[in-house]
Amino acid sequence: MNIPAGFKSGRNCTVLANQIRAESKTPAVIMEVCGGHTMALYRCGIPSLLPSTIRMVSGPGCPVCVSDVRFIDRAVALSRLPDVIIATYGDLIRVPGSTSSLEKEKASGASIRIIWSALDAVAMAAANPDRRIVFLGIGFETTIPGTAIAVREAKKAGLSNFFTFCSHKIMPPAMAALIDEGVSIDAYLCPGHVSVVTGSAIYAPIAADYHKPCVISGFEPVDILQSILMITRQIESGRVAVEIQYTRAVHPEGNRRAQALIAEVFSPCDDWWRGLGVIAGSGMRLADAYRRFDAAEAIPVTVEEPREAAGCICGSILKGVRMPADCRLFAATCTPDNPVGACMVSSEGACAAAYQYGAHEK
Amino acid sequence: MCLGIPGKVVWINGDIAGVDFGEVVVEAGTHIVDDLSVGDYVLVHSGYILEKLDMDEARKTLELFDELARVQQEAS
Repeated sequence: MNIPAGFKSGRNCTVLANQIRAESKTPAVIMEVCGGHTMALYRCGIPSLLPSTIRMVSGPGCPVCVSDVRFIDRAVALSRLPDVIIATYGDLIRVPGSTSSLEKEKASGASIRIIWSALDAVAMAAANPDRRIVFLGIGFETTIPGTAIAVREAKKAGLSNFFTFCSHKIMPPAMAALIDEGVSIDAYLCPGHVSVVTGSAIYAPIAADYHKPCVISGFEPVDILQSILMITRQIESGRVAVEIQYTRAVHPEGNRRAQALIAEVFSPCDDWWRGLGVIAGSGMRLADAYRRFDAAEAIPVTVEEPREAAGCICGSILKGVRMPADCRLFAATCTPDNPVGACMVSSEGACAAAYQYGAHEK
Repeated sequence: MCLGIPGKVVWINGDIAGVDFGEVVVEAGTHIVDDLSVGDYVLVHSGYILEKLDMDEARKTLELFDELARVQQEAS
């Protein structure tokens, strides 16, 4: 059996889509909250395989997109210090801040390096003792362990020139906040890789208190269709539970080593989300024992007043209440080459995925 | 940046493993996985191995679709 091919197989997709069409009777809005799912849905044309009863919407699952403009503005300010080198994952450099972006600062001479792993930033600090290295920690539970390992390694190596400026976020408070805000969601397609780290219990309150079916899904088209079938079966039978479709990677208890690392290096805090505002307990800040690595405290800078781009509706798109094509900037002044809003920057953003796979041509 | 990529472990050296993605072999941290061996299928995310992939579970999942296809064929 060719396992990777089986999860991309057209026959399996057809079988699952047939089954969903046969079983789905009740109209349902299913929200996915992972950039990887956003991309896979558009790339594979999954919505076109679904019956009219099921509507897929993208939520605040792209870490680059949900990074607040205040975060970008402070990163820009840090990048302007002559002895600072910014180390970042690639997508972030193009996200527009209030008046600049890291990409613009790089063009003006700031030292901004794109890295593959947080450990690259630690190596950079060791190799450049006369510079201050600021690693921009963004992402959900998938990237938080990597930042935690890097901070621990920097401490172990006694590096005094390594810092992180973090906007790490956790997903369940945002999932609850959307429902509290009245966004119409009947079920969640839950992020597979976040759940590899956290396990399935983090969604228990969404099922128990908010009565929304939750299915943890893999990223191949067959995974997503099977997850939609599992959600359909919960809805049609009136059952509400957290289920795992992505069983080859996700254990109910998650990755305990990763969880222990996160708990050692970080503690929860309130955090800003682009479009959603402040969500209580949704962020992660360095724990007291690691606070000296926090660039926000250790490296004072003056940050400009936050300003969002006029006409941009990224905030509503991240909440799933508007679609990319509803934005008058979409594919007009806002394109992947010249993004106005954050959702057009990362390939995982709803607008970039919609643009790339032709939503503006219909 | 949020993409997890499946690959196969081809070498291990302390905290770092080489993971073969088919066209390239990349280095990934092994800090959060237990009992890693050469030949394991793993999921790599932003520079680290997040978890080993359970190929028996993958096989079981795919077998469900063969069964579903058979049921659909009989019904039609």
